[in-house]
Amino acid sequence: MDTLRMRLAAAVMALAALAAHAGATLAPAVEELAIDALGAPPADPGNRWADDPAAARLGERLFFDARLSSNGRVSCATCHDPKRSFQDGAALARGVGTTSRRTMPVAGTAYSPFLFWDGRKDSQWAQALGPLESPVEHGGSRAQYAHVVAAHYREDYERLFGPLPDLARVPHAAGPVADVEARAAWERMAPADRDAATQVFVNIGKAIAAYERRIQPAPSRLDRFIAAWKQDGAPPKDILTADERAGLALFAGKAQCMQCHNGPLLTNNEFHNTGVPARAGLPEDRGRVVAVAAVKADEFNCRSRWSDAKREACAELEFLAPASHAQERAYKVPSLRGVAGRAPYMHAGQFATLKEVLDHYNRAPAAPAGHSELQPLGLTPRELRQLEAFLRTLGGES
Amino acid sequence: MNTARRSTLLALSSTLLLAGGIAAAGPAHAFLFGRPGVERPAPADFGLGPRSSAGQVYKATLQPAQPLRLRQLQSVPVLIVDAQGRPVEGAAIAVDGGMPEHGHGLPTQPRVTRALGGGLYEIEGLRFSMGGWWELKLSIDSPAGADRVTFNLSL
Repeated sequence: MDTLRMRLAAAVMALAALAAHAGATLAPAVEELAIDALGAPPADPGNRWADDPAAARLGERLFFDARLSSNGRVSCATCHDPKRSFQDGAALARGVGTTSRRTMPVAGTAYSPFLFWDGRKDSQWAQALGPLESPVEHGGSRAQYAHVVAAHYREDYERLFGPLPDLARVPHAAGPVADVEARAAWERMAPADRDAATQVFVNIGKAIAAYERRIQPAPSRLDRFIAAWKQDGAPPKDILTADERAGLALFAGKAQCMQCHNGPLLTNNEFHNTGVPARAGLPEDRGRVVAVAAVKADEFNCRSRWSDAKREACAELEFLAPASHAQERAYKVPSLRGVAGRAPYMHAGQFATLKEVLDHYNRAPAAPAGHSELQPLGLTPRELRQLEAFLRTLGGES
Repeated sequence: MNTARRSTLLALSSTLLLAGGIAAAGPAHAFLFGRPGVERPAPADFGLGPRSSAGQVYKATLQPAQPLRLRQLQSVPVLIVDAQGRPVEGAAIAVDGGMPEHGHGLPTQPRVTRALGGGLYEIEGLRFSMGGWWELKLSIDSPAGADRVTFNLSL
């Protein structure tokens, strides 16, 4: 009897030890971080060519084509460099001029209902058109780009989108842009000619989006770790180090990172004020609070006449929350996949290192405007190092 | 021996329950911070209902086709019955909510888009952006009266 009792007691203690072991049970929220929970990107009803391989091939060529700029030297890939996870490593993006924001990576953006740091665009194709007409990025105009397509991509374009519209009366530089002459030329154009240029411009965006839609994050060591844990029923010891595993436990627990960095892309795709300091020398930047009106009014949004979506398919716009004080200086929660290779951090590259980022979240300073949602975390230097070690496991392995 | 075995088995099952509880709650939900004066309701007050409105005029039950989930825009039918259990037709329902522990509202502006009949109404455009305690508040108005029901949901 005693032997049996002792055996049973030993079994209970072993089980208790197993349960007490940090993270011995794979919590659903942690399991959800695995990339295999991602699935195929949601449909983009606004872009009929989103899943067309020929559109993606054309989009890839356009993505790397510096003729789509005012000085012939800037392509999408200038800032979204595929060798650097489609970003540039600079605090502020530099096209024909310097912007006031950090270049965002491209991988996984097909899953995001709103694009840019402030979410002022509601699709990949609408996003792609923004920099093309920005005076500090590509610097050109839609009329110019329509002529580039007519001169260099006519055949591929027409195979996909049908006959190119008549551009005979479309000036070589014209669009609703900052450049005074190009804008004046645009205002002189007949509505039908404006539509012709805009139609080609829109299809450039849709082709580029078809290419970008295929750019997916690569599986990381974290994904291998979770897969092995699921398979074996216990956390493997040979994929993440003890510090990295401790970092994961902090990420999911005490450090509260998963409040926002949840799901397989480690982002909830929302906008939050986390008290990030303003970068000196830049114009006032209010973030999401002003972008709500911008996306509703956007010429290329899901409900626009350039979108292929039926009005009822535009649920994100339909149920968009109105602008509120909570969105003052709220910025997009970025995916953390590959984060260690993407310094500097935040929407204007305010922090040079992951250590600085973690220190900010640990201290939770007041926001320069609006209200930070952070609260001090009380993490020790050792815990901060463990969190950083964990963040370094999120890079693609293949 | 029987007693010994029973007590040991009892200890064993509570250990497993504890482990199961940790797994079910998930570390993302186990945050211990809160805002002053905000107290999380008892576990029995969480769930999809039936849930009585503050003035006992209505009972409401959320009937999602699949479990509520994070990040996705989702539609959730809600069944509204009166105090006698009869379906309420022709109600005007306003939707609100948020995370009391965080002091923020819903990330979208969901609303009832249509009546499905039999006291069922479709709430569309609902999204939850974080794990934890969410409130979903329905302000219901019909000839039976105006009243308010609050669901406590754990995501």
